[in-house]
Amino acid sequence: MVSVLIHLVLTFGTLSLLAVGGGTAVLAEMQEVLHQQFQITPDRFLEVYSVGQLAPGPNMTMVVIFGFQLAGILGALLVGLAFFLPSSVLCFWIGRFWNYVGETPWRRAVQNALEPISIGLMCSGVYAVGKSALDGPLTIALAMTAFMGVLFTRINPVYVILGIGTLGAAIKYWQPGLL
Amino acid sequence: MNEPAESIPPPSLWEIFLEFLLIGAISFGGGIVAYQKILLTEKRRWLNDDEFMACLAISQTMPGLNAVNIAVLTGDRLRGVLGSIVASVGLLLPGVVFVLVIGILYLKNTDHHLANLLLAGVAAAATGLLSAITYRLGHRQFNHFKSLLVVFASFFLMSIMSLSLPMVLLIMVPISLLLFRPKA
Repeated sequence: MVSVLIHLVLTFGTLSLLAVGGGTAVLAEMQEVLHQQFQITPDRFLEVYSVGQLAPGPNMTMVVIFGFQLAGILGALLVGLAFFLPSSVLCFWIGRFWNYVGETPWRRAVQNALEPISIGLMCSGVYAVGKSALDGPLTIALAMTAFMGVLFTRINPVYVILGIGTLGAAIKYWQPGLL
Repeated sequence: MNEPAESIPPPSLWEIFLEFLLIGAISFGGGIVAYQKILLTEKRRWLNDDEFMACLAISQTMPGLNAVNIAVLTGDRLRGVLGSIVASVGLLLPGVVFVLVIGILYLKNTDHHLANLLLAGVAAAATGLLSAITYRLGHRQFNHFKSLLVVFASFFLMSIMSLSLPMVLLIMVPISLLLFRPKA
């Protein structure tokens, strides 16, 4: 039990510091590591990720569910701390340091250099999630509808997701053989 | 970052906690930074626009979630290290409680047919949402050859070559820094 906790803390602590440009950048890596080292299937990963999409606040709070599943409430607490504390402490000190030295051309350069990397990693996140989420014409159609809905309307994304999710469930429930 | 905005007495830790708790509870569907901007610079006037943009720039440069980093930096600016702690805990608390309650209910009963169908639909929609967010954040990158190269190389190493994330960063960060270094 203790070794699972230590393993979880090290895993999510590392992911915390690798999350350049936000949590989505580590989605693909998280799915892979949880599968290889903690036997969490990509399908289960996707279910937990989906719960996170419906949560208020940052969607990445869903990481605590993995902690809970593997090591109970203590696991949830430690995974939450491990995922959010290291990057926050780093940001805290860098924030003070930056305030002390003032704006330099290098801060902008670092941000410009990391931006395309984080976009590339977000594409990997889409790819990882999409590989398990899109298993046929129906789910592909749902995903494309959500894409358009988020990009071209001003509807809150959580309603888009809930609406399309419910629609998908309804179609599969009443017409399981349709698509 | 310890100087509060001029002429306004610094808020109490409790006020900071409640404000970020509110942001964490009402910001459904992402876009939390926009909520923070409105509540911190317009409703509360704890930061002016310049200060907020400076915090955002550092948040985007550092690893971690932008919204959490902004909470850390704003909290520090208002009330030092304790301010940072109450701000980030307040921001994360509603979401953590939500996912724990839903997650526990779901894990207790994973064979629930309707819940599984709903989550499958939500997962498909979430893939669309994630693509849309990636597109919205990234479309400027797609117009520049240099940026597009880094976007594609990062994706390729991660998803096609299946390298681990530390390895991808070890390769891509130096290359990208070299490409985007400040002009002397």
